[in-house]
Order: sequence, then structure tokens, then C-alpha cells
Amino acid sequence: MTDRVIRLQEAPFDYGAECAAFAGRAGGAGAVVTFLGLVRNDGGSLTRMEIDHYPGMTEAAIDAIAAEAATRFRLNRMLVLHRTGPMHPGEPIMMVATASRHRAEAFAAAEFLMDYLKSRAPFWKKEHRAEGSSWVAARDADEEALDRWAGGAG
Amino acid sequence: MRVLYFAWVRERIGRPWEDVETTAATPAALADELAAREERYAAAFADRRALRVAIDQRLVDFDAPLKGAREVAFFPPMTGG
Repeated sequence: MTDRVIRLQEAPFDYGAECAAFAGRAGGAGAVVTFLGLVRNDGGSLTRMEIDHYPGMTEAAIDAIAAEAATRFRLNRMLVLHRTGPMHPGEPIMMVATASRHRAEAFAAAEFLMDYLKSRAPFWKKEHRAEGSSWVAARDADEEALDRWAGGAG
Repeated sequence: MRVLYFAWVRERIGRPWEDVETTAATPAALADELAAREERYAAAFADRRALRVAIDQRLVDFDAPLKGAREVAFFPPMTGG
């Protein structure tokens, strides 16, 4: 039974503190892998980013993805933390953490979670720039990234 | 049936959700009905390939059965992470 924690929040989070808390409860794991996504500022003109989501489905979709990860990899613990609402360049958007007996499964599970979160969890990014606002378009590469986990969740 | 819209679909249609009386058998048929209403709906549903649909908060195909659904959502491909 993999312990899994899913959190959605508007407020920024402290990545260091989250990592330390996660590792502290890793349940005898020998390896912890963490990933942090930041608000990127391509071109330097981004003033604000906003993440829209589908309350209810978001939690259910992430939980299904995490449950699938738990069947594919031997994990002691998983964390998925994703922000919604307005945020600024350089701030954290989201993080995942995985704990396993050995590193290979912790790395693979973190990649699996990220690949599915990108295109199977109902989040939508909107970028606000001095010259106007636009919704971020999905990338083919994100969809293709799921192929390597063929037969997976979502 | 409650119909929800997210991201640019919501902005194009101008509302986050609405209750719709429909006998549409699939999300595709529902999208056709909505698109026939007004220009802003037609614009939102013009390119079906640019849309995804969920029935009762589960991603489905546009030809999935709609019977018994409480909630249908239309939105663009997701861009989380």
C-alpha cells in the first residue's frame, strides 16, 4: 500500500520544507526523487500566470494517475502538489515527490506522474503579458510522452 | 444536465456553466446542438479536434453515451504540470 498525498492550493509553497517533510515520512525508503515546476518567463514579458482547473475532476484525475503509479512501481510514498489561480514568474507551480526502496523506481514513478499530470489532469495555463493574454497551447510532445507508458492511466 | 466550460471555451461562450435540456445521445450531438444556438457557441465548438470532453468528471470520447450523465464538460487539451 503506497501512501499518497494530493494537494491543490492557491498559495505558493516552500519546496525545501515540502521535500524535508516528505523525506521525513518516506517510510523506510532508500530513495526520494522530487521534481519542481516553476513559472517560466520566456522572453521576459510575463507578468502573471493563471491556472484554471476543474474542481472535483482535478482531484479525481490526479488520484487515478497516482493509483496507477502505485500499481506500476514499488513506492513507499507519493506526493503531488499543484497550485491553481494566479502566480508570478519564478514561483513554484507544482511538485511531485516519490519514495521507493531503490532509486530507479523513484525516478521512473516521478516521470510517469509528470507525464500524466501534464496532459491528463484538468489544468489550463493562461499567460498574461504586457502585450496581452493567451492560453498556453498543449504540445504534441506532451501527448507523445504518454506513448512510452502505453496502456496506462487516464 | 449541467454543462461546464473551462479555459478559452468558457471565455468564448461567456459563462462557466449552464443547465441544458437535451436529448443528445453523445457529447458530439450535444456540441452540435449548442453550436447551433449562437455565434459564440459556434465559435467555441468550431474545431472539435481542439476540444476534450468529460462526462461526470471522466475524460471520454465525443461519441461516448450521454444517457444518465449529470455533468458534461468541454475544454481545451490540458496544460498542467
